[in-house]
Amino acid sequence: MRWPFRRKDRGPKSLRRSFVTPEGVDLQLELGGAGVRAAAFMIDAVAILVVLIILTIIIGLLLVASRSSAMAILWLIGFFILRNGWFVLFEMGGRGATPGKRLLGLRVVARDGARLSGGAVLARNAMREIEVFLPLSFLAAQTAQGMADSFLVIFALSWSGIFLFFPLFNRDRLRVGDLVAGTWVVRTVSGELGADIVGAVERARWNFTDAELSLYGEFELQTLENVLRSGREEAVATVAATIRAKAGMEEPRHYRAGDDFRFLSDYYAALCARLERGMMVGRRRADKNAEVRVRQ
Amino acid sequence: MNSRSSAVLDAQPVLVNANRFRKAHAADWERLETLVKRCEKRSVRALSDDDLIAFPLLYRSALSSLSIARETSLDRALVTYLEQLSTRAYFQIYGVPTSALRQLGRFFAHSWPASVQAIWRETLVALLLTVAGAVVGYLLVANDPGWFFGLMPGEMAQGRDPTATAESLRATLYDSPQDGLATFATFLFTHNAQIAIFAFALGFAFAVPTALLILYNGLMMGAIMAVFSAKGLGFEFAGWLMIHGTTEIFAIILSGAAGIRIGTAIAFPGRESRSDAAMRAGRAGATAMAGAVVMLAIAGLLEGIGRQTVNVDGTRYAIGLAMLAGWIVYFYLPRKKA
Repeated sequence: MRWPFRRKDRGPKSLRRSFVTPEGVDLQLELGGAGVRAAAFMIDAVAILVVLIILTIIIGLLLVASRSSAMAILWLIGFFILRNGWFVLFEMGGRGATPGKRLLGLRVVARDGARLSGGAVLARNAMREIEVFLPLSFLAAQTAQGMADSFLVIFALSWSGIFLFFPLFNRDRLRVGDLVAGTWVVRTVSGELGADIVGAVERARWNFTDAELSLYGEFELQTLENVLRSGREEAVATVAATIRAKAGMEEPRHYRAGDDFRFLSDYYAALCARLERGMMVGRRRADKNAEVRVRQ
Repeated sequence: MNSRSSAVLDAQPVLVNANRFRKAHAADWERLETLVKRCEKRSVRALSDDDLIAFPLLYRSALSSLSIARETSLDRALVTYLEQLSTRAYFQIYGVPTSALRQLGRFFAHSWPASVQAIWRETLVALLLTVAGAVVGYLLVANDPGWFFGLMPGEMAQGRDPTATAESLRATLYDSPQDGLATFATFLFTHNAQIAIFAFALGFAFAVPTALLILYNGLMMGAIMAVFSAKGLGFEFAGWLMIHGTTEIFAIILSGAAGIRIGTAIAFPGRESRSDAAMRAGRAGATAMAGAVVMLAIAGLLEGIGRQTVNVDGTRYAIGLAMLAGWIVYFYLPRKKA
């Protein structure tokens, strides 16, 4: 009999999702996590408040100067556009992101890879009305009337709680708005191309035997790459010592400071070349524990 | 000296794919990166003609570099860099929406009427709910004026309740209104527009709150109608309401219909997957809802200007009916698919 509470196999926990371009290449996008997105929203909310306060002060001064009702109309329209337009207009712009999202490296993307349409942006932001503004304004109105008893507060909080935590209950971190609009929020990262470690090894000082190189697989190679790129001396020394110990190599005499780095670079280059040769003939090795896998 | 040291001297430089690959393509990647950077800072229009032609080519070559690097190279930094570069270029080429002006043109010429047509069933339901609400509201208040105070919030009635005299009611319909009417019309517009957005968004809860909202809107209309017709001002009140009401009530009905569409799409997705159904309903519904906000702005103008200057019942009816006919022709007249 099956244990009734066995958890189903979940998908991968990471936030990387395949995203195939029309050219057929999988770009492997990374989704924005719940924390970053909440932070971006807070930044936007603060920005809206600041703009609103400035707008109110300016219109207030103009009102004192002119005493016309046009100022009241201006304020009402301005408030309406600020509340409903901030997210929509920024996300409909070329960057697909509000200032808050942009600051934290996020971008709104249509899940099907198509252009982000106006309808989608409108839909995802109209839903914010019930996610955030409805419970807020409800609470504010009740407080203003002095009727905010604990029941109402609990109700409003749990209502917004359902929607606020909605992104945590699905794999793709979708807000209700994302669900209805068919959008995703992804991370936009831009990095420099790191230096070529193998290219930097102009003339190898060490030769390694097959036995010494067959200790590790791709995972260790990439860990080694990270160690070399980080350039921290203690880490480099530790890793170099570990590799020597494992391969049974003695420490060379006349060893100078900085030699560890050269030793590791040489080892990296040699290991990389060896694993790559394997790849060319369809043999890959994921990590040190894995057997060599031959692609059929 | 260990035995290997002698071999150190005649060791050869190491050759790996990533190394050669970087040498061969780095210039292209760098050029693509500067183009992408310029697009991200400004817009695609910041590119020269030459760059515009080169952009998609460079993008495709970066993509193929990425595929090759994934298959042949173990240089993690290289693969990550190409992934990021291709993604940024992809968003500049495919992800960016068209220009605001073109989007706006498309909205009025095609998307808006198409989205309204798409929700015609829900529109009928919302219309029925409004009418039913109005009839019930009318009957309730006509039989027992006490109902009025239960149905209508005080600030909306503004003294137009069953206790008012026929004269004061008549005055609210024809008197040249005070100074604040333009402000009040603006307030009503922003308020109604917010309600329209709510009606859309609330549809997510299986359409029930939206339906209630629409029904309540009808109830209020029927109730106030009953107040005026009890004093023999029914015809005049209808004219007063109609000049902007045909546009305004139509807009509320449409945004309610958009909300109902979302709720029913989520509850009954049919053959589509639930998320696909929700997405299609959401995008079309949001377009219709945005259109409703435009209609409400027009209704606000009609209220702010038209109601002050037009005092004749016949003209009021004519304007209201003409607006209604105009909307129906605009929305439902068959047109070519864009």
